[in-house]
Amino acid sequence: MPVSAQSPNGQAQRTSSDAPVVSVHDLTGGYGAAPVLQAVSLEIPRGQFAGLVGPSGAGKTSLLKALLGGLPQTSGQVMVGGFPVTPGRPPRGVGYVPQIQTVDWTFPVTVEDVVLMGRTRRMGPLPWPSRADRAAVDVTLQRLGLGGLRRRHIRELSGGQQQRVFLARALIGEPELLILDEPTASVDVKTRDDILHLLAELNRQGITVILTTHELNAVAAHLPYVVCVNGGIVAQGSPMAVFTEDILSRTFGADMRVIRDEETGGMLIAEAGRHGPFAEPLFHHAHLHEADIPHERAALGPDTGLPDHPHDGVFHPREDPFAELAGMSSGRGRGA
Amino acid sequence: MIDYLREPLNYEFFRHGLVAATLAGALCGLMGVYIVLRRMSYIGHGLSHAVFGGAVVSALMGWNFFLGAGAWGFLSALLIQGTARRRNIGADAAIGVITTASFALGVALISKSRSFEKNFESALFGNILGVTPEDLLAIGAVSAVVAVAVFFGYKQLLFATFDPEIAPIYGVPMRWVDTAFALALAATIVVCMNVVGVTLIAAAIVIPPVSARLLTSSFGPLVILSTILGAACGFFGMFVSYYGDVASGPAIILLAAAAFGAVYLLTGLRGRAGTGSDVSATTARDSLAPEMH
Repeated sequence: MPVSAQSPNGQAQRTSSDAPVVSVHDLTGGYGAAPVLQAVSLEIPRGQFAGLVGPSGAGKTSLLKALLGGLPQTSGQVMVGGFPVTPGRPPRGVGYVPQIQTVDWTFPVTVEDVVLMGRTRRMGPLPWPSRADRAAVDVTLQRLGLGGLRRRHIRELSGGQQQRVFLARALIGEPELLILDEPTASVDVKTRDDILHLLAELNRQGITVILTTHELNAVAAHLPYVVCVNGGIVAQGSPMAVFTEDILSRTFGADMRVIRDEETGGMLIAEAGRHGPFAEPLFHHAHLHEADIPHERAALGPDTGLPDHPHDGVFHPREDPFAELAGMSSGRGRGA
Repeated sequence: MIDYLREPLNYEFFRHGLVAATLAGALCGLMGVYIVLRRMSYIGHGLSHAVFGGAVVSALMGWNFFLGAGAWGFLSALLIQGTARRRNIGADAAIGVITTASFALGVALISKSRSFEKNFESALFGNILGVTPEDLLAIGAVSAVVAVAVFFGYKQLLFATFDPEIAPIYGVPMRWVDTAFALALAATIVVCMNVVGVTLIAAAIVIPPVSARLLTSSFGPLVILSTILGAACGFFGMFVSYYGDVASGPAIILLAAAAFGAVYLLTGLRGRAGTGSDVSATTARDSLAPEMH
């Protein structure tokens, strides 16, 4: 299915397959007097699996909104699937998955109700779904491992299932481009990995995927392409190329450290420290470089819930970054 | 029992009132689903006060009541939506400012002109005896148009209510939906004002969907159940009004409140016994708790 079936003058137009799915040129926009996005230019090629990273308020969500026709623009051009997107004129052929925290979980809708919303454009004028609509719901739910849950209320699901219901709503319209806002926020490590693997699978099936996230280590492990955003585009490319201490520090406005494991190609990213009671000698590079990483993790034992930076001068990571690194050592990651 | 139901039907005023109350109940029950789920429960309350101002102005100017008050209500609803979108003013505050100002204008005009004080009371508390064939026609027409619009706009309206930020991305024309909704809301308030009264209309809008929500967690059944519940309260409320010799508006609302109480207790007991689909019922009770004050 072409991303957009109709051009403004009504003629069918095919977008050439090597044209970028997303093309943003010199975009300035946002709310209020000081637009959050300043002169942003960005191209995402077809078939890419890209993560937008950056601090809170850097404009990641605003950039997604611009792609969806929901951001006031003062200048510049946004093209999605070869067609211009302007406020109030959303693109076609795009599936969007919002932050799951923004959903009203008490709203009286079943899984089927939510998934059918993604088919609003195609459904007939009657309030109930046609046989074809029901079949499409079945196929989509099966594809995401949600078979048998269609009559459930959305609150009666696990966190991972809830995330997948909204993914199903995006997929039932058979999009070429899938956009997700913080799909890995406030889910546990296992669910996060499941989601990222599922997205990678969808990407292999030909869907271009763009997501925002705060989890640099997960991005480094799972995504082939990253874009660092902070008001503008700081850098873009493969995680190996982009996740340098210099670029990350500029993106996040904080002192960032990157530790690379030459053997596995994996990396561990962490903040070097803040100015505060625990700001002393937080990071001992040598300590980590020498360590046999999986063994080190075992030696640390389970997460005690203590602060990340106790006073003994040794960096004690929580479960997260190490789990990621350990996972890559066992060949699960997609590092360079 | 049948005789009890049949006896008042001998009176024309009662027959008119019965049809008006049943239709108004159904209309409020239907609109109420969307209003409650948009977390705008008190817009009905506010808007009816605003419409009151419009009604007084149209009476003084000699305009048609339905057109004058309707236009006034529609403009107020749009003004509320517009004001509430400015991020630093919440919808509740916007309702408070716009509708009370409009109501105050109506009261001020009445106190100044010292006319139609009788109508004033019936507008506030509802007066079913005053239902004219013209009123019936208006209620019937608005009910029919709203029912058809909800039928054919069901999917768009559901999406717009559930997720107004996301709906446009999937092809829901939000501006149209919002405008049509404001229009339907204003029309509902105007035609139901004579039956339930300005001060009680919020209850006619809120109680049926809230009661129905305790019984189902699925959207389609909720819409149907709430409409039926509203109609039933209007219908039987009229008999309560006749035999209890109380005003129609309070009779309808008290009956609806009693029905809500019964459903609340029953679903609570069922939930405690741990049987059936109590998960949904508990979910509903949790979700409605903030709406109840």
